[in-house]
Amino acid sequence: MSYGDEPGAVATTPASRLAGYLRGGGVIVPLLTTLLAFLAGGLVMLVTGSDPIATYEAIWKGTGLQWFFPWTTGGDRTLAASNLQQTLIITTPLILTGLAVAFAFRAGLFNIGGNGQYIVGSVAAVWVGSSFAGMPGFLHILLAVLAACAAGAFWAGIAGVLKATTGAHEVISTIMLNWIAVWVGIWLFSLDGPLQNEAQKSIPVSEDVVKGAKLPVFWGDPVLQGLHIGIFIALLAVVVFWVILNRSTTGFEVRAVGFNPEAARYSGMSVGKNYILVMAVCGLFAGLAGAMDVLGWQFRVATNDIQIAYFGFIGIAVALLGRNTAVGTVAAALLFGALISGTSQRNLDPTIFEPSLAGNLTYIIQGLVILIVSADVLVLGLIARGRGVFRRSRGAPPPAVAEAER
Amino acid sequence: MQAEAPALELRGITKRFGPVVANDGIDFDLRQGEVHALLGENGAGKSTLMSILYGLYSPDEGEIRVNGEQARIDSPSRAIELGIGMVHQHFMLVPVMTVTENIVLGEEPMRGALLDVKEGARRVKELSDRYGLAVDPDAVIEQVSVGMQQRVEILKTLYRDARILILDEPTAVLTAQETNELFEVLRALKADGVSIVFISHKLNEVLAISDRVTVLRRGERIDTVPTDGATEQSLARLMVGRDVLLRVEKATGKPGEPVLEVEDLHVRDERGLEAVKGVSLQVREGEIVAIAGVDGNGQLELVQAIAGVRAPESGHVSIAEHEVTGRGVRATTEAGLAHIPEDRHLCGLVLDFTLAENLALREYRSPPISNHGLLSVGQMNERADTLLKEYDVRGGEPSTLASSLSGGNQQKVAVAREIASNPKLLIAHQPTRGLDVGAIEFVHGQLLKERDNSRGVLLVSLEFEEIRALADRILVIYEGRLVAEFPPEVSEEELGVAMTGGRGGGRAAA
Repeated sequence: MSYGDEPGAVATTPASRLAGYLRGGGVIVPLLTTLLAFLAGGLVMLVTGSDPIATYEAIWKGTGLQWFFPWTTGGDRTLAASNLQQTLIITTPLILTGLAVAFAFRAGLFNIGGNGQYIVGSVAAVWVGSSFAGMPGFLHILLAVLAACAAGAFWAGIAGVLKATTGAHEVISTIMLNWIAVWVGIWLFSLDGPLQNEAQKSIPVSEDVVKGAKLPVFWGDPVLQGLHIGIFIALLAVVVFWVILNRSTTGFEVRAVGFNPEAARYSGMSVGKNYILVMAVCGLFAGLAGAMDVLGWQFRVATNDIQIAYFGFIGIAVALLGRNTAVGTVAAALLFGALISGTSQRNLDPTIFEPSLAGNLTYIIQGLVILIVSADVLVLGLIARGRGVFRRSRGAPPPAVAEAER
Repeated sequence: MQAEAPALELRGITKRFGPVVANDGIDFDLRQGEVHALLGENGAGKSTLMSILYGLYSPDEGEIRVNGEQARIDSPSRAIELGIGMVHQHFMLVPVMTVTENIVLGEEPMRGALLDVKEGARRVKELSDRYGLAVDPDAVIEQVSVGMQQRVEILKTLYRDARILILDEPTAVLTAQETNELFEVLRALKADGVSIVFISHKLNEVLAISDRVTVLRRGERIDTVPTDGATEQSLARLMVGRDVLLRVEKATGKPGEPVLEVEDLHVRDERGLEAVKGVSLQVREGEIVAIAGVDGNGQLELVQAIAGVRAPESGHVSIAEHEVTGRGVRATTEAGLAHIPEDRHLCGLVLDFTLAENLALREYRSPPISNHGLLSVGQMNERADTLLKEYDVRGGEPSTLASSLSGGNQQKVAVAREIASNPKLLIAHQPTRGLDVGAIEFVHGQLLKERDNSRGVLLVSLEFEEIRALADRILVIYEGRLVAEFPPEVSEEELGVAMTGGRGGGRAAA
């Protein structure tokens, strides 16, 4: 019908529509989102009997971000530096898991599997990093990092292959793969597991990463968990992400497939191949995140670490808040990294807010951010669909909608 | 005055979409217990008119009377209250629910707070027995045939006490057998006093089932005639009209070597049914070969198979002497094919891409647009700038999103991209669908220019005028087969009859 379908864009995939809305609001919407989340978090503190202003001030101090201000001096500056190192250590993997989700979004895919990809990356990194003791340091790090990237890419690639060949939805398959990663990881390092520590037979933990394979610390005391060079690797990954997406033929295809798979197919692109490639690249980013943590500051992986690993999931919030862009991802990762480290027992002033509860505050704020991000996606989505939604009556959408759904 | 008020009366209905007049002062009346066919080409305004009647659009002018009473129908629920039921071309059923559940959805019989499944099933059974609408009340929708799904749609309207039934191209999805069954049902409904509007562009069906026929053309009502005494020829003439509005200056073509050879091609459609049943054709350089036919007779699948978007079941396609059968779009592109797809929103453009990106969709992999896998945004914009000027695309810079252009300018972008790829063969599938007159002229001019530059052009169109104006040869497709070949001087009646499966003149295609 030539008249019915004239106005408006054609719906493609839900994920690509979402990606479209996410890039729609500019920088104002994510800032408002964050502000609202903090306001709501403050209300929670108020209701539970804490002083929100004092608490936020303590969290702010705990993040170490005041180090950037020149008027922070003396002992304050030393403490700030140490806190900031912790913040950036956490920001590093969050940037990477954020990229892992954002890249998929740009191709119209939901990668919920960042956590599983992060775990297989950690496992690969700790395995390579704790073997080959005699290897020269640089080569050893490179090998461990490549192994982690390959493991993550392979893991996510499974979901890509399933999507391309059978149409299996990536949300389902990546969630399933998360659990497989968790349980395989636990099995590997549990007592008498194949990769369990030879020296400490009673502890379910991996071998330690050898000295040569540890990422160099360039700021702070290596013994007191100073900042390792992983932050630069993560920032390099952001540049790579941006270049691939915006300046390469691969990214051109990825974005075309993300916006309109049918038009991409008509242009000679293989939609299936792109799905596999995109998932593999996502897994590569998430696997790299695992390597950064293992080679940068954890140096060993216990079954307990695998059970409580959640940086892959925060990557979803990072990508959503960062609007799937390179710069946005860095900013959102820094926000969440600061929140996590600012509310950690180590950094938060215990007289202001009970440290055992502080971590939960992070969860609350994270949850609120995700909720509000989703809500504004919903609002933008409703606006975009406009009158069509409200005119829709029982069993009879207008022809324009019917056409679009064909 | 008639003794009995008509079931439905539309007076002077006008509906505009921006500058497009979809319905221009249309009068229409439906008598009690008659089957009134609404006949017209695609885009003639049939669906718009019926959407107004069903409360999906509100008319800009005109009035509607239901059973003699003036009515304001502002929503489908109001239409249902007035006893109007509509069966859409695309069914509105919940695939995982049973037949009964779908029918009672929204009007569930309750016993206390609980759904009375038995009562629902009983009423469905009663209705289906009364009109011979054979359905299994407990079957799940996704497991029943398309014909039964349609009967469920009809039952849905009857369940809501519809006395006026609108069927939008009901036979488009049915097999011949199912069509006959549907006609039986319609006769039973009619005998019971239900009034029916039957929308179609298939002449033989209109003649078989209707009492009167109203013909629309380009948004205007041309005539209303009794079916008795009408013939396929007379209806085709009304439907198409004698006036050719678009006359393009065209010199005689000078066909050269073949650039497209299709041999005994068989293609299955989305549903797995054979849509193209053994098509052979040839397009030579310097000629425009048009495929004429009513929508849904295998054109889409034929074009997709030639372009490499869909793999054929069997047969051969070669483009400029390269065998490309089933080798995908890249192979056909490399062999020299350019393709303006039917649906520019869905297949032709990436609406969220900029114009520069859209214009690069064919050539992003080769220099100067990209080198070693890296895009040159500068080159992309520069080339876009040139093309946008050359093809007179208005309202956009290289960095404008394609979605913000008007339909005509969007189509110009698609045309520019395809022609700029310097093809040997150009497939244009409904290249002027939904365009205004100016844009149509532009596209037609471009296609002729390509022909005169010794390119082969395969034009697939539903528009009589377009085909007559452009084609050097006309092939008629009907139910997946090429059934006739005509020279461009063919009369429109003759072509129309062949397109609707009638036995017209012409000679059988090779």
